Amino acid sequence: MSQPLLEIDRLRVDFDLPGGNVTAVKDLSFTIHEGETLALVGESGSGKSVSSTAALGLLPELARPAGAIRWHGGAGDEDLLRVPPKRLRRIRGNEISMIFQEPMTSLNPLHRVGRQIIEVLTKHTALRGRAARARALDLLGQVGIPEPERRLGSYPHELSGGQRQRVMIAMALACEPKLLIADEPTTALDVTVQAQILTLLKDLQRRYGMAILFITHDLGIVRHFADRVCVMRRGELMESGETAALFAAPRHAYTRMLIDAEPHGRKAPVPADAPLLLEARDLRVRFPLKRRLFGPAEYFEAVRGIDLAIRRGQTVGIVGESGSGKSTLGRALLRLLESRGDIRFDDTALDGLDSAGMRPLRSRMQVVFQDPFGSLSPRMTVGEIVGEGLRVHAPALGRRERDARVQEALHDVALDPSMRHRYPHEFSGGQRQRIAIARALVLKPEFLLLDEPTSALDRSVQATVIALLRDLQATHGLTYLFISHDLAVVRALADSVLVMKEGAVVEQGNTEALFQAPREAYTRELMRAAFLEEAAA
Amino acid sequence: MTTDTAVSTPDIAGDSLAREAWRRLKQNKAATTSLVLLALVALSCIAGPWLTPWAMDEVDWNAFLTAPSLADGHYAGTDANGRDLLTRVLHGGQVSLSVALVATLVSLVIGVLYGAVAGYLGGRADTLMMRFVDIMYSLPFMFLVILLMVVFGRNILLIYAAIGAVEWLDMSRIVRGQVLALKRREFVEAAQALGVRSHTIVTRHLIPNAIGPVIVYVTLTVPKVILLESFLSFLGLGVQEPLTSWGVLISEGKDMMETAPWMLLVPSAFLATTLLCLNFLGDGLRDALDPKTR
Repeated sequence: MSQPLLEIDRLRVDFDLPGGNVTAVKDLSFTIHEGETLALVGESGSGKSVSSTAALGLLPELARPAGAIRWHGGAGDEDLLRVPPKRLRRIRGNEISMIFQEPMTSLNPLHRVGRQIIEVLTKHTALRGRAARARALDLLGQVGIPEPERRLGSYPHELSGGQRQRVMIAMALACEPKLLIADEPTTALDVTVQAQILTLLKDLQRRYGMAILFITHDLGIVRHFADRVCVMRRGELMESGETAALFAAPRHAYTRMLIDAEPHGRKAPVPADAPLLLEARDLRVRFPLKRRLFGPAEYFEAVRGIDLAIRRGQTVGIVGESGSGKSTLGRALLRLLESRGDIRFDDTALDGLDSAGMRPLRSRMQVVFQDPFGSLSPRMTVGEIVGEGLRVHAPALGRRERDARVQEALHDVALDPSMRHRYPHEFSGGQRQRIAIARALVLKPEFLLLDEPTSALDRSVQATVIALLRDLQATHGLTYLFISHDLAVVRALADSVLVMKEGAVVEQGNTEALFQAPREAYTRELMRAAFLEEAAA
Repeated sequence: MTTDTAVSTPDIAGDSLAREAWRRLKQNKAATTSLVLLALVALSCIAGPWLTPWAMDEVDWNAFLTAPSLADGHYAGTDANGRDLLTRVLHGGQVSLSVALVATLVSLVIGVLYGAVAGYLGGRADTLMMRFVDIMYSLPFMFLVILLMVVFGRNILLIYAAIGAVEWLDMSRIVRGQVLALKRREFVEAAQALGVRSHTIVTRHLIPNAIGPVIVYVTLTVPKVILLESFLSFLGLGVQEPLTSWGVLISEGKDMMETAPWMLLVPSAFLATTLLCLNFLGDGLRDALDPKTR
């Protein structure tokens, strides 16, 4: 093993908050050696990001760190918690640099990409003027941005998410750091882009011989990417070790649970003669781009002629990357968006129904959204939120009966009904998603549109929500349309799958058949990226 | 699994949002003090004129421009016409506060509803409704008031109407902006998927969530209205002698600032106290009505 580069020694970070003292990290020790990749894994609130920002001296003012962070990359040993701010600024960017989750917010939207890279170069190196520009161009080329000459003059909004992350990496590499801290660098990206970025990082690591501290919640990435792993939970180090050994034989129950939390099992098929519940033919949705006073308006077609049939009791999965139109398709099926083409639900034609005509059907087809923080009104209690549908569809119910139904629905999703007088912000993400499911279930629907219901949740919470959705489907005989970008989840839940790209269906078929032997190149690429076969190489 | 085990708590009896808010408001010292002060000001304005030994338009021939004194019963001095200033300030307070209350309420109701509907409907309806607001903005305020005077004759109710008719424009723009942002949130979409009617979505989901900026804006509207009324009165379009208002008293006081400073200080003190208290109260209300600040 090579030289230790960064040693974190009994690090403790406390936050002085008005409500009392909160310990974000306690007694954390680990070491990163030169040129290795160490993954820091944990769910939200585990303190993994706090510990890395402590290493860069970027903690908020309320934080009080204790312990030591020893840096061996400069001259002699330095304790990063105690070095003078001036020296720390030199280390930051020069010897240690960082890339973040959201590349759009980390780049200044008002400055051209080239200018932002050159700014880093002039701040940390002796390069000026033409030489700095040449170096910036070289860096953009190294991180694999096509037409780097032209991209120097682009603004951040003109780049795609993956390209923006590449620019961030180029800026981080500008001074050839010895350590790169990557805080969830691919979480905001599509799987195919994620695979490309990971390959790029590996490649650059080899070329520059730098160490990478990789912070993530995604064990799939860790398995293929990291040399060693540290598992954190609630500010404490649970377990650390060589990646292969740790995955093969996790010692700690929590680690085992995280590894097992990847969805398992398959959906039992429904009889082939089950009646059709929802059917769409040549469905099209378009959004106006530009309205003109005279002449035709310009449109963007988000869904381009999709045929879909869901049988009673089935789960149909829709997968695709962001912008593929999968959420738009779901909303159009529920008539939350204007669309063209035929939609039939049970025996009723939905197309052409206005909102009054749709109302009686609304109780039979319900929806659960992705963001459990945005989908519950912050000014209503949980009881009011869950009971709202009943006020529309069962106005005859008295207050007491309605309350009983609300309690029953909360009980169904394994939430304590006595919490129904509280407001959504008092609940965790997983609990909120259960509330959203209860809101849909209280009407006893037949069809449920699940729009990325698990994407905003931690892996372990995700597993419980998936288990809940399975149970509910079995006990209430529900039919699901499951929209997700997470292929593992779809594989575990769906009978059949639709792969969407740019508003059209690329491939569809039985889940197992499609996952075993994808016919289309795009599907194969998507799967390779999702299961990270390429990054393993 | 660990994260979703529900913590069992005793079933809290359905505390209404209003009662919760009241409880939280009571914990805010600045807001409660302001509320008490405001109530005192309002009460003294209502009851005061009967308690002072002078009538509002009664001239004390022995006391022109006298300084405040306890001996002669002119606790806040007299004005150039020998009228008791305290009586006039309290009387003027009735006019100022009622104009403020009515005009603000009018602007609140019209502005919030109009803005919320425009924002929620969006598209062409929104464009039409907001262009109407623009047209209203472009009408000169004085022209509007004079027009109303010509048609209906001079009447204090007209001031209420005129000010209310202008003040709701700002409010509707603020609420529309809020609603435009809110209606993209998923809870609105969830309500649509439940089949909730549009007017219920506006009243139950959109307006309550836009309430924070609205309350702050209301506390800014009240002083604006009081000043607007004094401006109208100053031009001779508002309340007429011997009736008065705080704005009129202050503008009279400023002319006598050097010889009789109490004529400026007393009404200004009442106005300033009221406005300050309203601001603190507005802040407190905004926090109290937000369930997140519990």
